[in-house]
Amino acid sequence: MVSELIEVRGHIIDSLLLPKILDEIIAAGGSFTIQDVQVGERRVDPSYARIEVVASSPEALEAILGRITQHGAKLVHEEDALLEAASMDGVFPEGFYPTTNLRTSVRLGGRWHEVEVSEMDCGIVWDPAAERAAAVPMHRVGRGQLVVVGHRGIRVEQIARSAEVNVFEFMTSEVSSEKPKGVIVREVAAELKRARAAGEKILWVVGPAVVHTGAGEHLVRLVEADYVQVLFAGNALAAHDIEEAFFGTSLGVSLTQGVLTKGGHEHHLRAINRIRRLGGIAQAVDAGVLTRGVMHACIKAGVEVELAGSIRDDGPLPEVITDCLEAQDRMRQAVRGVAVAILIATELHAIATGNILPASVKTICVDINPAAVTKLTDRGTFQAIGLVTDVEPFLRALVASLLDEAPRSSEG
Amino acid sequence: MEPPQKPAFLMCPPDYYGIEYEINPWMSRRRESIPEVAQRQWHALYETLTGPVGAVVHLLEPVRGLPDMVFTANAGLVWGRAFIGSNFRFAERQLEASHYEAWFASRSYTVVHLPGEHPFEGAGDILALGETLFAGYQFRSDIRSHTAVADLLGLEVLSLQLVDEWFYHLDTCFCPLGPEAVIYYPAAFDAYALKVIEAGVADLIAVSPASARRFACNAIVIGRHVVLNTGCDDLVEELVARGYTVHAVELGEFIKAGGAAKCLTLEVNT
Repeated sequence: MVSELIEVRGHIIDSLLLPKILDEIIAAGGSFTIQDVQVGERRVDPSYARIEVVASSPEALEAILGRITQHGAKLVHEEDALLEAASMDGVFPEGFYPTTNLRTSVRLGGRWHEVEVSEMDCGIVWDPAAERAAAVPMHRVGRGQLVVVGHRGIRVEQIARSAEVNVFEFMTSEVSSEKPKGVIVREVAAELKRARAAGEKILWVVGPAVVHTGAGEHLVRLVEADYVQVLFAGNALAAHDIEEAFFGTSLGVSLTQGVLTKGGHEHHLRAINRIRRLGGIAQAVDAGVLTRGVMHACIKAGVEVELAGSIRDDGPLPEVITDCLEAQDRMRQAVRGVAVAILIATELHAIATGNILPASVKTICVDINPAAVTKLTDRGTFQAIGLVTDVEPFLRALVASLLDEAPRSSEG
Repeated sequence: MEPPQKPAFLMCPPDYYGIEYEINPWMSRRRESIPEVAQRQWHALYETLTGPVGAVVHLLEPVRGLPDMVFTANAGLVWGRAFIGSNFRFAERQLEASHYEAWFASRSYTVVHLPGEHPFEGAGDILALGETLFAGYQFRSDIRSHTAVADLLGLEVLSLQLVDEWFYHLDTCFCPLGPEAVIYYPAAFDAYALKVIEAGVADLIAVSPASARRFACNAIVIGRHVVLNTGCDDLVEELVARGYTVHAVELGEFIKAGGAAKCLTLEVNT
């Protein structure tokens, strides 16, 4: 929902202008809240009303405002945003407007411009030649670029609540291990089907626990069934997935027998080393050396994979991006067109991803640790739905719901 | 407002009058005005006002290239010794403003401009009924100008939305007849404006569509005299029955530009 404060002043009672404006708002599909009315004492005294106009979209709001301003309604914030040129590369002006992950418009030159890309914690850079406003991360701003400062002339669109009741409506992001997981898994499955039917992308952000718990095979099935378009992970997930493919262990533990194998603690290093010798994971797949596992499935299926490094990485694998700003930028590009994000067993990667996702992306965070979801939502990804559970049963249930059930799931 | 000793009007001879552009539905450059006929009709109106009606008429020097200066009603709003100049909506008429202002300034009126650039077309869109001003908006005047006028004069201004572009000024569809009665054409107003009119005017005289298109509402009312265009038979009958002396003057040449008796005059206090 999007709203705008308007005021109207004059002989608005006797001229019936106030009821007329309110009627126009309703007739155009909007709603309103009267915030203040002051009725003139004498007949010649003007009256005043301040009204919050609410509409479903910026376009609907513009249409309503266009209708009511001709009857004398005036925008309270009828001012352009303030711009200031960045004085240094990679530094915003003092007082820059920090973005949210909500759809945002900025008023410049008397007109509203939608800010391209809804990403939190960026600045808004205005390109006067192209008349475009874009959310730009701090390190990307260039000296001389015009940056919005202050909160004037900024309109932020709240996420609309649809009348349809589903898990994304009735669940808040409040974390609890007591939530009915079966229901949630079915709802998530329905959402994934809807997204794919609409040609939208699904993003998975996956920690190594997926491999440690033996859930890798479920993820492989989801990749093969086209429910994974983008995968974000770190060195560890890929390394342990490849270790499992080569040696049948994850961190040296046999995934079939659950016991530490002899020399197993060396397996992941040997796996990384073998991939480095071949030049990368893709080359290992091409060479027929890597023949199974999550990474293998992703390369075969053409999934866009972004592996971001960390200072504790072994190796790392050649595909791992070790410059964290470059990793952020690659992830920013990759989230374009993503409608659903599933964040599994990876606290820091989940937060990093949440930072760059628009609030309109349906976000599900699955972790055995309730704190993981809490941290995600505390850092601004308020739209995330938390599910506290071991990842293996979650993925098993999701695969069953998506792939193994009779076609009745087509109702989703 | 100090009552004037003798009713007085400002008129501008139609020396340069013609249909040179199209800024309302009445105007068509293919339907030229015939200068001699226009002169004859304008003078008939002038003589009616100065003769049987007994009014004073001041003349404004016409200006070549400003054909609509004959419609002095749109010069601005006269209130007491104040003159609020118009902000014409269309560029075609904006050059008229300085000529009107010069005339009022030379007669010691306080010449006032409305704050901001909101279109406002003077007595074409604001008409007084007692101490209440009725004001039209949508086609020529912006509603914000009404608030500005109300603030300036300390009067109640009731804004009426006009919805028929053939009746683009309030004075083409609304005519106060003394302090209690109004001649009006209901179809020219939106539903809210009609309620405001019904609530604010005790005695309403509605005219037929045919009379409305003959500019029945564009009448000049001076005491018990009413001067209007010809062919407004239903209204004339009503006015005569009410004891008014009606003067019907053929003004067809000016209707080609969207104006008639009232548009050709501006009541002044000089």
